[in-house]
Amino acid sequence: MNKKLLMRGSQVIGEAAIRAGCRFYAGYPITPQNELPEFMSGAMASLEGGTFIQAESEIAAINMVIGASMAGARAMTSSSSPGISLKQEGISFLAALELPAVIVNVMRGGPGLGNIAPSQGDYFQATRGGGHGDYRTIVLAPAHGQELADLTEKAFEYADRYRTPVMILADGMMGQMMEPVILPDPVNLDTLPPKPWVLDGAQGRPSRIIRSLILDTVGMEEHNWKLERKYKMISDEIPRAETYMTEDARLVVIAYGTAARIARGGIKRAREMGLKVGLLRPVTLWPFPERAIREMSRLVKDFMVFEMNTGQMIDDVKLSLEGRSNVHFYGRPGGVVSTPDELAKAISSLYYRQNLKKEG
Amino acid sequence: MKKTVFAGFGGQGVLMMGYVFAVAAMRDGKEVTYLPAYGAEMRGGTANCTVVVSDEEIFSPVASSPDFAVIMSKPSLLKYEGIMREGGVVLLNSNHVSRPLTREDLNSIRIPAVELAKELGSERVVNMIMLGAFAAYTKMTSLDSIMNGLSEIVKDINPSVMKLNRKGLDRGAEYILKGDLQ
Repeated sequence: MNKKLLMRGSQVIGEAAIRAGCRFYAGYPITPQNELPEFMSGAMASLEGGTFIQAESEIAAINMVIGASMAGARAMTSSSSPGISLKQEGISFLAALELPAVIVNVMRGGPGLGNIAPSQGDYFQATRGGGHGDYRTIVLAPAHGQELADLTEKAFEYADRYRTPVMILADGMMGQMMEPVILPDPVNLDTLPPKPWVLDGAQGRPSRIIRSLILDTVGMEEHNWKLERKYKMISDEIPRAETYMTEDARLVVIAYGTAARIARGGIKRAREMGLKVGLLRPVTLWPFPERAIREMSRLVKDFMVFEMNTGQMIDDVKLSLEGRSNVHFYGRPGGVVSTPDELAKAISSLYYRQNLKKEG
Repeated sequence: MKKTVFAGFGGQGVLMMGYVFAVAAMRDGKEVTYLPAYGAEMRGGTANCTVVVSDEEIFSPVASSPDFAVIMSKPSLLKYEGIMREGGVVLLNSNHVSRPLTREDLNSIRIPAVELAKELGSERVVNMIMLGAFAAYTKMTSLDSIMNGLSEIVKDINPSVMKLNRKGLDRGAEYILKGDLQ
């Protein structure tokens, strides 16, 4: 096993990406994720076949990723909220062209330029596509340093397997914080599954075309259904959620990313007060772990969604439950990071209001 | 679980103190998080980081009511005194921070780190003196662990510089253990 290292989150993503076979990175600076391109600039330079480009803009960077992916590279770009907005057109193109790519969003407070503090305001944008057209993006939500490494590796695997863009949804705190991490072993690029669709020169074989302009409506409809069949397959295969102290819970908090780790602290404190509270943490935000939540509703009648925004994932929780349980909300937008004590107070206030202390 | 804030001017080696301490505690087998302040910082402004050390999972890396503060400059004291946990301990670089604490529920340990560093022949070890004092006072890690952490972080360092760092740590620890302080 590799040695445990104390590493900054943004550097963990970079190192894990390279170990996962990423050989092309293009990006444009924005706080709080500058340490990621900074790391990539050095790492790619010392790597055979590695390319780092500081692009002239976010839009240029995502389009360079399209090109690199078309040519067969494991490619990545990263930014923070306002910069991710600029990349949306490119992400739509990646989805349409069925190209694998990894996009990292180290979220900050918004809307607009907002601030540079950790936030979860981009949930809708990430999970609803963000760009135009009828497509989905796989969205992975790490909650701590080790998961930044593990899910970055996963992101490249999913992107290639399904030929689709994958977003890693982190936040400013994860990007800046250092935590102990055990890095995965580097993959051997030669052992990765072949990509029989790449554009690498048609000498000696029929030419291939990768395009998103399909003027014929019948052809476009078929392309949309083809994408939809793929999204259905992804929805069946990869939804993932983690639970914490849910066995006897009468109230279950649903939170992801940094909010989930704060929630764990709040739940631990609530347990010390004798409240039966647990956590369900979606690890994949799209596909959303609907089934895990729906199954839990057989025993749990009250859910509390906690987000670092004014309420976005709560919609997916309600859709998953289809009215089966009560859904409550606690949120802090604008870059505020709640304390575990604050969460414990919110949990206990809801617990008593819903009369969950009463046995039966 | 113990939260410590390291704070001072940019350039005083404040982030390095926290980083070295965090690596040392991790190698001691503890759970750790290190969170540097980031933002619209300015030259000559405050630099700070929060290190959480725990035997159990750490939920929040944020410095809400820290147990300890290692304070290297006056503005840093103003910034952190108010949020310290009741009964918390503030280790002050007394050559830069002369004023007394306003809160009566906190303990303050004053270390003339610049003076001590001059005695050792280099003001560059002020942060190591503070870190040595911090380790000796809190017993959260050992000086050996800190040295190991330092060698892990700064590769290819001149051996004489390492020796000087060790001297700084020892002097800081000695200042606490020999009870030089009031």
